[in-house]
Amino acid sequence: MMARTGSLLAQAGLAQAGFEGPDVEWFALSPLIVLVGASLVLLVLGALTPTWPRGWYAGVTVVAAVAAGALAMFQWDDITDGSPATLVGRALAFDTFAQFVTISICAALVGVALVTSDALHRSGRDDPETYALFLVAAAGGVVMGAANDLVVLFLGLETMSLAFYVLAASDRRRTQSQEAGIKYFILGGFSSAFFLYGIALLYGAVGSTNLGEIVDSFDTVVPAQADDALLLAGVALLMVGFAFKVAAVPFHVWTPDVYQGAPTPVTSLFASVGKVAAVAALVRVLVVGLGHYRDDWQPVVWVLAVASVFVGSVLAVVQTNVKRMLAYSSITHAGYILVGLEAAAHRAGEADSGAGVPSIAFYLIAYAVIVTGTFAVVALVARNNEGATDLDSFRGLGQRHPALALALTVFLLAQAGVPFTSGFIAKFGVISAAVTERSYAIALIAMVASVIGAFLYLRIIVFAWMQDEEPDTIAADGSVLGTTESVTIPFATGLFIAAAVAFTLFVGVLPGWLLDAADVTVDLAR
Amino acid sequence: MEGPTPFPILTLLVVVPVIGSIVTALVPKGRPDVVKLVALGSAIVTGAFSLWLLAEFETGEGGFQLVSQHQWIERWGISWHLGVDGISLLLVVLTGILFPLAMVAVDAHHDDKPYLAWLLLLEAGVMGSFLSLDLFLFFICFEIVLVPMYFLIGGWGYGDRVYAATKFFIFTMFGSAFMLVGIIATVVLARQHGVGETTFDLVRIANEATFPASTGRWLFFAFAIAFAVKVPIFPLHTWLPDAHTQAPTAGSVILAGVMLKLGTYGLLRFGVYLFPEAADWSRPLFLTLAVIGVIYGAIVATMQRDLKRLVAYSSIAHLGFIVLGTFAMTSQAITGGVLQMVNHGVSTGALFLLVGWIYERRHTREISELKGLQSVAPIFAAAFTVVMLSSIGVPGLNGFVGEYLVLVGSFLSARWWTVVAATGVILAALYLLWAYQRVFHGPPDTDEHGEPKPFAELTAREGLVMAGFIGIIVFTGVYPKPLIDRVQPSVDALITHVEDKADITIATPTVVEVDEPGDGGEGEGEHESSEPAGAATAEDQ
Repeated sequence: MMARTGSLLAQAGLAQAGFEGPDVEWFALSPLIVLVGASLVLLVLGALTPTWPRGWYAGVTVVAAVAAGALAMFQWDDITDGSPATLVGRALAFDTFAQFVTISICAALVGVALVTSDALHRSGRDDPETYALFLVAAAGGVVMGAANDLVVLFLGLETMSLAFYVLAASDRRRTQSQEAGIKYFILGGFSSAFFLYGIALLYGAVGSTNLGEIVDSFDTVVPAQADDALLLAGVALLMVGFAFKVAAVPFHVWTPDVYQGAPTPVTSLFASVGKVAAVAALVRVLVVGLGHYRDDWQPVVWVLAVASVFVGSVLAVVQTNVKRMLAYSSITHAGYILVGLEAAAHRAGEADSGAGVPSIAFYLIAYAVIVTGTFAVVALVARNNEGATDLDSFRGLGQRHPALALALTVFLLAQAGVPFTSGFIAKFGVISAAVTERSYAIALIAMVASVIGAFLYLRIIVFAWMQDEEPDTIAADGSVLGTTESVTIPFATGLFIAAAVAFTLFVGVLPGWLLDAADVTVDLAR
Repeated sequence: MEGPTPFPILTLLVVVPVIGSIVTALVPKGRPDVVKLVALGSAIVTGAFSLWLLAEFETGEGGFQLVSQHQWIERWGISWHLGVDGISLLLVVLTGILFPLAMVAVDAHHDDKPYLAWLLLLEAGVMGSFLSLDLFLFFICFEIVLVPMYFLIGGWGYGDRVYAATKFFIFTMFGSAFMLVGIIATVVLARQHGVGETTFDLVRIANEATFPASTGRWLFFAFAIAFAVKVPIFPLHTWLPDAHTQAPTAGSVILAGVMLKLGTYGLLRFGVYLFPEAADWSRPLFLTLAVIGVIYGAIVATMQRDLKRLVAYSSIAHLGFIVLGTFAMTSQAITGGVLQMVNHGVSTGALFLLVGWIYERRHTREISELKGLQSVAPIFAAAFTVVMLSSIGVPGLNGFVGEYLVLVGSFLSARWWTVVAATGVILAALYLLWAYQRVFHGPPDTDEHGEPKPFAELTAREGLVMAGFIGIIVFTGVYPKPLIDRVQPSVDALITHVEDKADITIATPTVVEVDEPGDGGEGEGEHESSEPAGAATAEDQ
């Protein structure tokens, strides 16, 4: 046991005399340290000092997120110049895929923090706890994206999840929010149990929880048939846990309720950071750790992907609440990402795992920006309608605030995969990865489902632009009366929305540089 | 042939409308005159470029001209690759002319600014689709066209406009879903079957890749579904009547005038050109569907009570002729098909304009609620007559040229289909003349005092626009040679390419086969059973 220095359990034993601890590469860990440090600063100083001026809590969060993202970018060249490595006794992977995930998470965190700042200030609850939890969740996500050991992965997962449970329930005045918190907590705890039991079975079969060591043992020892059952059961349970976290059908049932109930900025954190981290961990575990068993898990991924794209888009269409719609659309996006994973599965464990992993990496960063942007607009609209996010509250947005409606349109078209948006390139990437591996069926199914999905986004756009206001709110001269107040876009949120729109369109037109960056991620550490 | 022109005229054809669209959107709301000026200005500049293109175009040259190619997404072998040949030239010019005319002819009934901005974006998308020689570039242009059209129908349409817009979007996107997978599969498979690297370059794939027969057929059908929806070919046509009827007048003009041509053009450029063997193999299917479209469209058009719906269904019939010509695959038939694309764009575009003006004046398009317009508005009626006759295909007007060439060309290679399709010409006369008779003849409507209800004559602006249309109609009808001279070399090059690639001879008269009893119906590919000897004779003209 002690020999397995990869796990954090061993780190706890550092103090024991005569034990040689693993080297800690402080610079490589710096993004993580910045995120955790900032959350501690917020918690401690926030508790000791009187309320800070408006925006300061969010400011600290944004600075931390930007710093962490920038550090991850600085490390990029270190990795591409050399080769992917592992950190802290193989506990964490230090490869471009992990950096990509870190950068995606930090970008999403910046957006969420800016939006939250405005939302919380408005409701007079601008407290440091929320931001501290954001940072903790992001740190958990970063750990998940880099975890090279199942136990470390579990730690990251729980760190993120526990923060999420609290955040879901953080709007104490709304019972829906409480309900969402409880639902998320119970179901999430349940799935964590599956996940943990899967790890246990896997450990029983292989004798290690370290992904690198698991692969090594497969490389050298052909597993006996008897162990196979244990191992396959472990893989199955792991995938249940993952499917829950990425919200893939049929483990998606919690998503609409939680997405709808949680405060909107928090929902955007679930949809971006939560999904990115879970997908990244899933990819690493399956492609790196269990590549030898790809024939066993690939069909499962196929079914999850097809079920997600279809059920997600069909159920999204019949919703009347925009947050619920977006919840189902996030299920569809999970499906598309799984299409990319299915493609990667064809060559999982090989030196060159094909276009699958880069397509997922690209999808994750594009999706993280689009989805946080979408929820930022939704949060602004909801704010002007006493928190209501049903379709009717989007009615006539195009007349009340064309700029906001335009931004929403860009994000929704990007989610639908319309050309000249990053969403299109992302979708093109995963579909092309699937076709390259000759998975024609799944590619076709995904594209057809995207047509159904497009209907959903069009519905929202239609409400925003084409449905006229209720007749009594329109004066004779055509100007709008009776809307609660003139819509003003707070500076921070507006800034983020503008940046997200710019990114979405820019990457849609000139995706070359980001594709090049994503392409490097194929080289995973182990 | 000269080297590539230093002046990037094709790129400008795509970029100018985009810039125009952005500038239009940025003009402050309080300046409607500036909005109109900017939008119309960029449409006219684009139109002028397209005319310049017509002048620059080397007549008699079959290949792609004025090609401009720039790396775009190097990793995926995608480039900004534009080129024009005889098949796309006229469609580009048609696009360039039709947009400014449509903008001048009708004003949006509200919100000028977004309306014009969307129209310009639409123009850019259409231009890009016609000009691109890169599969990826083509796909995104083909796909982006949906967005402005969706907003135009949904925002400025009539009646059940959101339903129509959504149906249009979903139908077309459904087809595109197959095409996207088809495009990627084509590129991936082409890499293995001859091209050797990942490239979306249409010309390279068409020339270098040799797909196994069944692979080619699957790929062909992935493309064909998208185009069949766009054309639309018979069972996939149900979006068209709704979209056309509910669209704003300019939207209908553009939709019928150029956007449907994306489908027929796509069938030629990305179906027949890329997958000759598969296109040849599937001829019986497409010929049959084309003929069904001709007859079905005409019969349903006869039954319509709404004038605009009638024109919409007549489009299905006319496009049936184009598909017939495309899959007859003889030189005249395809040339006729290309001309018919342009002619249908002009005459149906003009018909939609006239119907739109009737609606503006009377606020109804019901045939039963209109009568005797001729006596109150004789000039209007005269314009309508000319356009209608052109749409029927009366000799001396443009409609005749295309239809005649299609029928003559198809008769060589697809005789019985042609025989059936020819009745469509008669049916066209039936529904259009009957509708004309009901709307324009007879005593005019009277108001409660017994006075004839007013119906304004063509205004000067409307008259000018109509004069433009009628000028093209008459010119093409009387002297189509310049058009044919430009189209035919490219069509011949295409046919040579098809014959080389698929190792077939196309213009096989069906006489040999049809004489055999028990071989009725459509199931057989004629070229297989008949001697190649009799074939080559009929092919070249």
